Amino acid sequence: MLAYIIRRLIQSVAVMLTVALISFSLFQFVGDPINNMLGQEATSQDRENLRERLGLNDSIPIQFARFTGNAIQGDFGISYRMARPVSEVIMERLPATLELAAVSGLFALTLGIVLGVYTALRRDGWLSNFIMTASLVGVSLPTFVIGILLIYLFAVELQWLPSFGRGELVQITDNWSTGLLTESGRKSLILPAITLGLFQLTLIMRLVRAEMLEVLRTDYIKFARARGLSQRAIHFRHALKNTLLPVITITGLQLGSIIAFAIITETVFQWPGVGLLFITAINFVDIPMMSAYLVLIAFIFVVINLVVDLLYFVVDPRLRAEKSAAH
Amino acid sequence: MSKVIKHVVAGVAVSALALSVTAAAETLRWSSAGDSLTLDPHAQNEGPTHTLSHQIYDALVFRNMDMELTAGLATDWYVTDDPSVWEFKLREGVTYHEGQDFNAEDVVFSINRAKHENADMKGLLTSVVEIWAEDDYTVRMRTDGPNPLLPNNLTNLFIMDSSWAEENDVTTPQDYAAGEETYAVRNANGTGPFRLVSREPDIRTELVRNDDYWGMGTFPMEVERIIHTPISSASTRAAALLSGEIDFLLDPPVQDLQRLEGADGLVVRTAPQNRTIFLGMDQGSDELRNSNITGRNPFADQRVREAMNIAIDRNAIRQVVMRGQSVPAGMIAPPFVNGYTEALDEVPAVDRERAQALLEEAGYPDGFTATLQCPNDRYINDEAICQAAVGMFGQIGLDIRLESKTRSIHFADLQNGELDFYMLGWGVPTLDSHYVFHYLVESRTEAGGAWNFANFSNEEVDAKIQAMPSETDEEVRNQLIADVWEVVQDEVVYLPLHHQVLNWAMKDNIDFNVQAEDQPHFMYMQFR
Repeated sequence: MLAYIIRRLIQSVAVMLTVALISFSLFQFVGDPINNMLGQEATSQDRENLRERLGLNDSIPIQFARFTGNAIQGDFGISYRMARPVSEVIMERLPATLELAAVSGLFALTLGIVLGVYTALRRDGWLSNFIMTASLVGVSLPTFVIGILLIYLFAVELQWLPSFGRGELVQITDNWSTGLLTESGRKSLILPAITLGLFQLTLIMRLVRAEMLEVLRTDYIKFARARGLSQRAIHFRHALKNTLLPVITITGLQLGSIIAFAIITETVFQWPGVGLLFITAINFVDIPMMSAYLVLIAFIFVVINLVVDLLYFVVDPRLRAEKSAAH
Repeated sequence: MSKVIKHVVAGVAVSALALSVTAAAETLRWSSAGDSLTLDPHAQNEGPTHTLSHQIYDALVFRNMDMELTAGLATDWYVTDDPSVWEFKLREGVTYHEGQDFNAEDVVFSINRAKHENADMKGLLTSVVEIWAEDDYTVRMRTDGPNPLLPNNLTNLFIMDSSWAEENDVTTPQDYAAGEETYAVRNANGTGPFRLVSREPDIRTELVRNDDYWGMGTFPMEVERIIHTPISSASTRAAALLSGEIDFLLDPPVQDLQRLEGADGLVVRTAPQNRTIFLGMDQGSDELRNSNITGRNPFADQRVREAMNIAIDRNAIRQVVMRGQSVPAGMIAPPFVNGYTEALDEVPAVDRERAQALLEEAGYPDGFTATLQCPNDRYINDEAICQAAVGMFGQIGLDIRLESKTRSIHFADLQNGELDFYMLGWGVPTLDSHYVFHYLVESRTEAGGAWNFANFSNEEVDAKIQAMPSETDEEVRNQLIADVWEVVQDEVVYLPLHHQVLNWAMKDNIDFNVQAEDQPHFMYMQFR
């Protein structure tokens, strides 16, 4: 067991390093931060001096080694744009992204299951067909279009919901603020959460429907029917429970992509999370901020995958058996 | 020279008297794409950063909403008997938001702080060699030779309290390389019309009116509270104004202007901006980097540049690409800049036949190929303008390839001197033609021509440009300016396209005129 965990950990670190290296070398193509940092009156000497002081004249391997060395100590440097420590800024912005991801994940999961079950049970009803068709829109429309459409409808035309920002916030700890405790905060969450969750919603819905149809054809459901159990008990106690296992796995893995894909939703709704931070950093060629963000996202993915792997190990006895047989 | 300054001062005094003293309690919620980069007033020389600093801090002098030089913390300014020394009389009885008294020591400290190596503002103060306090409310500055336009360079130089800076260890501006945040990045203590209440960079900045402001009776001061939320997505910004969530939008997207104008309760106000868009051609190199012509440089021939100049249909660009939101230009300076004349700014008439004849005369009857490099996220519709221009060059037989890149790459390539043919936009913060010449026309050396990537070089012109800063006779100086413009226009050093137009969108109960430098001074805002 221990050897397995250690091996997985080493693999994770290797993945992290690779991601960091690739993203770091990509920065060579993003452009030159110096022009953004100095005004148009700066002389070429000023530019050269700043370039030297920031270490941008060193070769990429040296820059990467310096970056990794500092990053291991939790130091991602100072943002070129905001002149503040990168890790501090990210910690301030992370709650907004996590809150949005959690709410939209929850929205996608509950509604996805409900609609999935409904469309599986009423396969030929007109409402089911309508939902299935509408879900195609959810899959195929790009996120930013959905966001803009929602803003147009609910913010500009109906004026029910705000078009941008997080509303009023309540500070819980120094770094953690939430909009869930105020009315304007909850209202602000609705549109971005729908925009971000729509794709996952349709994914989960279609998954639940397919699994449910599969399960309903199995023998034990037939036996349950033969035992004279009520439809309700068959559908929800027996069928649904067995449907949910793969759904939970997928949802877990999707959580990472919700956080990563929040970039677009956050930009459309000016949601002050890390995704928006990343976009502004790219526009400014804020290299320390971009590197830190990419490392953070890689870290989130690696942790989720690691947890899923370890859970499999715990849940699935076959894995354990194979390992011990190998020893 | 001092005559001019007296005029300006008198004009300011009159306009100040004309303002009524009605301070209503209004909250202003406004938005723009970008946020201030730092509260440190000397660290960055950048528009949105100055916008916030102007609300919290005061400069000695500033440009009001009509671009007139206006008294800030200085009440009077003039050249002394020594033409290299300026004297500034300071306003008495001014206090900082945290209660400290303002005096000459703070001005000396602030100017020296802005001259520090880490300060981005130092570029505007290169001519200042010494600054000292004569008494508590008089400072003098010595420049390296007479500098009649010094006050023009001080309009964005904000004054900090020296004791506050010492207490908080911010006597020098932020150093990027140091890896540390200084106190002044997120805290501010100015003398300005608004106090900082709270600030989350990129998210929300809240200011409240400074009721002890020295200008309470001078300026309208109707805004009581300012809440700024930057919104980077263009359509969301427009939606926020349409839905009534904000009252004022500094940079409405061009594509949404019609909709905003048509909406109930909103108005869009317009004025020419202090920025001219133009194309530059490397005419100094021996040959172009990307061209079918080798061994010589087609751009070096004045006839080729002239042909290209009259091939561009600037009015078509205005109508089709800019949707009417530009003023076609003949020179690289907007109307309010000293040295501007309507004759110079006259848009060259399109004449493709003559253009082709000129090309033939220059030895390119079949045209030539070249690459035009454009940014695609820096100026309004920059890439589309270049596409249109490329088509127009095609009509006279030039095969121009277009490469458009993000600004951080475009400007890096430009500064490395790697571009044959490029787009650039230029603003004139000092409102004097010398600024244009010094950066764009003077030969490229350590001392000047920092943005002269056309590699234009003319000794006679250089001598005239270098004589301008210390020329105290206004007439002689203006003649020098006119002379240089003549050469620039005759030689077709650049291909000016248009002056950008600024639009500010707001609720129709707001009375606020567009300032050509895109600097809203909210103390001037009035409500109906």
